[in-house]
Amino acid sequence: MRSILVAFWLAFLFLPFKGPKAALMLFAVVLIIVSSWTYLKRRGRTLREKVFPRINALRAMSLSGKRLSLAQCGLLLFLIAVPFFAGDYVLDVAILCGIYIILALGLNVVVGFAGLLNLGFAAFYAIGAYSYALLNVRLGLGFWESLPVCLLITTISGFVLAVPALRLRGDYLAIVTLGFGEIIRLVLNNWDSFTNGPNGISEIAPPRVYGLSLGGLDKYYFVTLAAVILSYIVVKRVRLSKMGRAWIAMREDEIGASSVGINITMYKLYSFAFGAFWAGVAGALFAAKMRFVSPDSFTFMESVLMLCMVILGGLGSIAGVILGAVVLVALPEALREVQSYRMLALGAGLILMMIFRPQGLFGGARK
Amino acid sequence: MHLLEVRGLTKHFGGVKALEEVDFRVEENSIVSVIGPNGAGKTTLFNCLTGLTRPTKGRIHLEGADITGSSPHRAVRLGIARTFQNIRLFREMTVLENVLVSQHLRIRSGLFGVLFRNRNFLRDEKEAVERGLEYLALVGLEGAADVTSFNLPYGDQRRLEIARALAAEPTLLLLDEPTAGMNPHETSEIMEIIWKLQKLGKTIVLIEHDMRLVMGISESIIVLNHGVKIAEGPPEAIRKDSLVIEAYLGKGTLA
Amino acid sequence: MLFQQIINGLTVGGVYALIALGYTMVYGILELINFAHGEIYMLGAYLGIILFGFFTSVGLTSHSLALSFALTIALSVLFCSAYGFTVERIAYKPLRNAPRLSPLISAIGVSIFLQNYVMLTQGATDKVFPDLLGSAGFDLLGARITYLQVLIIGVSFLLMLALHLYVTKTRMGKAMRAVAQDKVMASLVGINVDSVISVTFIIGSGLAAVAGIMVAMYYGLVNYFIGYIAGIKAFTAAVLGGIGSIPGAMFGGIFLGLIESLGASYISSEYKDAYAFAVLIVILLIRPAGIFGKSTEEKV
Repeated sequence: MRSILVAFWLAFLFLPFKGPKAALMLFAVVLIIVSSWTYLKRRGRTLREKVFPRINALRAMSLSGKRLSLAQCGLLLFLIAVPFFAGDYVLDVAILCGIYIILALGLNVVVGFAGLLNLGFAAFYAIGAYSYALLNVRLGLGFWESLPVCLLITTISGFVLAVPALRLRGDYLAIVTLGFGEIIRLVLNNWDSFTNGPNGISEIAPPRVYGLSLGGLDKYYFVTLAAVILSYIVVKRVRLSKMGRAWIAMREDEIGASSVGINITMYKLYSFAFGAFWAGVAGALFAAKMRFVSPDSFTFMESVLMLCMVILGGLGSIAGVILGAVVLVALPEALREVQSYRMLALGAGLILMMIFRPQGLFGGARK
Repeated sequence: MHLLEVRGLTKHFGGVKALEEVDFRVEENSIVSVIGPNGAGKTTLFNCLTGLTRPTKGRIHLEGADITGSSPHRAVRLGIARTFQNIRLFREMTVLENVLVSQHLRIRSGLFGVLFRNRNFLRDEKEAVERGLEYLALVGLEGAADVTSFNLPYGDQRRLEIARALAAEPTLLLLDEPTAGMNPHETSEIMEIIWKLQKLGKTIVLIEHDMRLVMGISESIIVLNHGVKIAEGPPEAIRKDSLVIEAYLGKGTLA
Repeated sequence: MLFQQIINGLTVGGVYALIALGYTMVYGILELINFAHGEIYMLGAYLGIILFGFFTSVGLTSHSLALSFALTIALSVLFCSAYGFTVERIAYKPLRNAPRLSPLISAIGVSIFLQNYVMLTQGATDKVFPDLLGSAGFDLLGARITYLQVLIIGVSFLLMLALHLYVTKTRMGKAMRAVAQDKVMASLVGINVDSVISVTFIIGSGLAAVAGIMVAMYYGLVNYFIGYIAGIKAFTAAVLGGIGSIPGAMFGGIFLGLIESLGASYISSEYKDAYAFAVLIVILLIRPAGIFGKSTEEKV
């Protein structure tokens, strides 16, 4: 009875948007789903019990401590071997995966470790990408010369944005970071003389080593892979140091953390700057790969997508976040036909995750 | 030698006078209790001492140096650590990690050491773990080092708070109702722990409601009522103090 | 010129205020930034176009324009309220006791979902609202004021007044204020907190629906992403006035509308959308709890 009511209600809401026929279909679909859901629940075999233990087991298998060095070596060998058998399309997606892994690792420092919700992370990504683009196109600097400057600029911008973060409570902070992201995008879009506005900047040079261009997909794949491995190692090591502990402590209880000697102000600044640093790396990689940047690549939705990767993987879990990034980049590519439903699913996914699995698909069990 | 000296400490929240001209001294290596009815300003006093709130007026001296209005993390650096009435553990961290966090200021190796895992870093981390386990042993939690702290039973959470404060290596330890919600057996265990801390050379100030504990352990007792210090002295004197009895039992019952 | 900009600013500001009320009411009660509220407003604009189109196609419009217009508004409000209610039930209610950021993230999910839901069902191109009043109007103090502007300003103010009376005078309104102050106490004195929350969402969504239709009429065009930007602006307005305060939201909305309209004509129209963000950031930097918000110290 309740399922009929729910189905009827949702179909009613749907009615004006797609007409009676579609509404009727929705009614039928929802009815089937809801009643089978209640049926399963009554039999004591909820989806949660059936599916999630397996994911937990998977997690325990793939992430447990030292025994895994061998598996890690295997994975590394496999990743190195990829360009020798994969086509251009796969490499292209793999590079994109790598860039998003770095972004997600950076955002994870801010959101997952330090517990500060940042909804404008794409801004740092944009600053990194535009820094390299402008240094290269305007000043003729190469990738490697530009990179330190790029990273310095993004890290400093991380510091700058963190200043309001020091005083704001959680959700206000989220809105301010969102506003920051939008302002950066609007500036990139409207400051025609400097950023070339909505047309973007093209003809950005790929990195070179001893005069050899690394622009080809197979070579660029290795550049990205190296950056991903580096970011993984650095983030992991920082997490397992006093800095990482201080962040987690701050996330768990700010007052408690300050009362054991942690300078909350500084650690908030560090988390923003450290996160922004990786966005800078990803941005420079992105600009050098696409050879083109425009404001369209750095919208609010991009920030949300990165946030989804972090949440899907499990806030704070490094391995989880990497998987989250891979899933969210690769899955839509694999499901090309339903591309237009991607964002719809993403939105619904966020809601469902928060309700049923707030610790992320790959995160540990939490109460 | 006075470790802590508080003079004219006053804290107003809007029109509410949480603390009014409170003076007292704490001798080095002593155990002092702060008692008083609910809302007497005891926790506000702790908050002022640890820098969580800035006093409206008055001075706080630690080992002769003025520390009034220093930030919480600076207060820790200066040698004050505390526990909380409503437990404030790092819930998702393990028991050991909780005491590692407190050694934050002690661990000196910087970003370079962290990234390259050099000898200094590894030594620092190893020492921190060893010392952390010692503190856990002190409160009887050595067996639970790898338990996630929110999974600990309530009494153990209170002990962990003490260990965590201790790991910050304070000279002055402030305990805010360390036995709240505990049974008599657990309370006497906490009492043992406090004595052990004193033997280690710590100075302890505690807020308590359990009068058996207070009378049994304190060398000196400070009584607050409505933000004002109404009595101070050894347990025997406090027990007989008419103002204290009045504050606890209310006027009229005294006659 | 200045007077013209003030009138334009008041028009837009009235709309912002109507949306801001929804933010502020929900925040006052749940301490949640209802990120999806802007999308409810967007749904309102779409429903206005869809329903008016429907009445035109069945011939009601040519029969009685006023009736079909009234029905459009009434049904849009009804549908939007239903959406607001449903969103709360599905996406927020299960998270009542979750960590603070969970409902916010869920709200972002709702926002993305609704945007794409409308894009998929209604198409990604602009929708046109039929021009009912045209540019008819009158001149006053050198400014051209259209009847539509008068209508928007008038309706906004009337609705704000009605809401104010509702909250201060009725039983439900008083219950809302009680819940906003202390949920536990309110439930102890017999207030059904869940239904108060539902009513809050229903009223807020209804106001957003009216705002949506009026904007659709004002600009003539509607797109599926208008909710995001309008939502941010309305939220800014709510913060400007001190989030949680109903008169504050009205003030904030109008103030923001004026800033935008004056900024666009005297500084630069390209950065029109950035003013709201800039104002928001500056305010929060100076007063982290909003202009009229009171700062709360966490109890230790």
